[in-house]
Amino acid sequence: MRLEPVAKPTVARALGFPVAALALSVVVASLLVLLAGANPFATLGLILKGAAGSQFAALETLNRATPLIFTGLAVAVAFRAKLWNIGAEAQLYMGALLTVVFGTSALGLPGPQPLILIGLAAMIGGALILLGPVILKTRFGVDEVVTTLLLNFIMLLFISLLLEGPLKDPMGMGWPKSPRLDPDARLPRIVDGLRLHWGFALALICAAVVWVIETRTTLGYEIRAVGQNPRAARFAGIPVNLVLLKTALLSGGLAALAGFSEVAGLKGSLTLDLSPGFGYTGIVVAMLALLHPLGVVVSAIFVAGVFVGADSMSRAAGVPTYIADILLATALLFMVLAILLTRFRIVRG
Amino acid sequence: MEIFEILLSASFWAAAVRIASPLIFASMGELICERAGVLNLGIEGIMVVGAFAGWMAVYAGTGLWVGVGVAMAAGMLFGLLHATLTVPFGLSQHVVGLGITLLATSAAYYAYRLALPEVTSPPRIIPFQLYEVPLLSQIPILGQALFNQTPLTYLAFAVVGVTAFVLYRTPLGLALRAAGENPSAVEAQGLSVTALRMGAVIVGSGLMAVGGAFLTMSAFDSFFFEMVNGRGWICIALVVFGAWRPGKALLGALLFAAFDALQIRLQQTGLGMLVPYQVFLMIPYILSILALILMSRRAEVPAALMVPYNRGER
Repeated sequence: MRLEPVAKPTVARALGFPVAALALSVVVASLLVLLAGANPFATLGLILKGAAGSQFAALETLNRATPLIFTGLAVAVAFRAKLWNIGAEAQLYMGALLTVVFGTSALGLPGPQPLILIGLAAMIGGALILLGPVILKTRFGVDEVVTTLLLNFIMLLFISLLLEGPLKDPMGMGWPKSPRLDPDARLPRIVDGLRLHWGFALALICAAVVWVIETRTTLGYEIRAVGQNPRAARFAGIPVNLVLLKTALLSGGLAALAGFSEVAGLKGSLTLDLSPGFGYTGIVVAMLALLHPLGVVVSAIFVAGVFVGADSMSRAAGVPTYIADILLATALLFMVLAILLTRFRIVRG
Repeated sequence: MEIFEILLSASFWAAAVRIASPLIFASMGELICERAGVLNLGIEGIMVVGAFAGWMAVYAGTGLWVGVGVAMAAGMLFGLLHATLTVPFGLSQHVVGLGITLLATSAAYYAYRLALPEVTSPPRIIPFQLYEVPLLSQIPILGQALFNQTPLTYLAFAVVGVTAFVLYRTPLGLALRAAGENPSAVEAQGLSVTALRMGAVIVGSGLMAVGGAFLTMSAFDSFFFEMVNGRGWICIALVVFGAWRPGKALLGALLFAAFDALQIRLQQTGLGMLVPYQVFLMIPYILSILALILMSRRAEVPAALMVPYNRGER
């Protein structure tokens, strides 16, 4: 078989394949639900109900979507430049860590800093975490996939070290947990009485800002040029390495805001299970959104809904929650294939 | 000095060889994929699948070697999926690989929960036992390290030999390496780049799964979540460290495992009292990054690694 470019994809082609990809992943997940001895339609209904069936469920989904918007944006920005940042998890924890450091007096620093400074510190920290692998890439040609992945493990051990050492909560009953943030360092709720904090709004603002950067600025143009063809970009006089560094700062900073928002908005303190893989899920979010910053918002809410819905479904129907991860992984794989098929046609021979 | 006592003990070197075994299988698997031109980031998840499938088969009543076969087959299945998406369709090897890792890991966890819904601690199996090779195991220090291991460890060393032989001494190996260096030349010889690359990814993925199975069937005797714990990513670093050569990658795995065995033992010494244990646990990951930096300048990357091949396109 061979792939032949389609000159002008029809609307049916451009929409049909992605929709089919999503449908096909639901079919695969349904078969696995059957294997668990449950009714796929009832299970799907329970997932939908658990994700959006009540005000509580919907707010829970939006809360879960918040860190995913940040990590999804972080991945989307980086992947656009073909910078393979798989380290959003480490950058998230760096952001969370600095939020605790500047939002408490745990390390003997004077009191909580203003929220905006805490957020900025988190962003700078996350950006710096990604800077290392990118410098290794541009200076020594070390593949950033492996270095960013390995940094995730190192970062988690570092957090564990701090939580059992200098950052340990004296009131934590021996659990490895940081002291709680000062009330002044918490992100308030958007509407009193509703369980949704300003982190969500911040995520939406970030999506808009990234969209403006990508479509309306020179940097956005350069990021796309570097991603499409670094050699051509260099030939056109674009400072490729500098663009990669800027992309890294942006990406790392965005991922760190996920940690900031989770600690300051939702949890109030730092634990080792702060992120159930938000950094890795960000990759799925970004790919399902076709790396579009506004699409990331939609896709993050969808992915969060699948997770939240599967959690509540699992309690009711007894199908393991991992069905959510399977559904999203198949959706990711089918989606990259579908996107290819919107632009190429398979020909024999 | 405690460190010299450790380095001179046979049990230390035996542990190093044991720790290296899963890494040897998986890095040979990755090396075969990359030599043919495909980066396989599914490695981490495929190791999880292998660890689960082999152990589950034995728990369900098959023999140990059948379990290894089941693990390998499960790995090859995910390899087939990876190969189909990355070779004929030429999709991004980064995205597909990560997707495979996600899919394989969650599929293993899902199957585990389905098979054993109620358990709090996973059941145990009777794993591979040590087999002491007569005479050879009597060599001081090295004998116990190399010749008093489980059959799976001996198999790991055999796999290195076979991989090296096939890659450098057979027409198939030549074609495979050419597929990773200059695919149009392979096509000009009338061979199919697609078939070669797909075959490499499928076989390589099978080996990764056996590496995972080593964990549940030889190193330990049951399956835990997160038990692969980044070993797959470390193997990708080992392949780079080994400059895409089987022998050097083996050496890298042994060296790496020796450091790992050393950090475990250092935790028990006076140094372990002073330094938090997390620092010791970081060492393997930091070493992997350092190895990548050290080797970056002289590494001979397969020229067509990560470059999809579309016939007729120039």
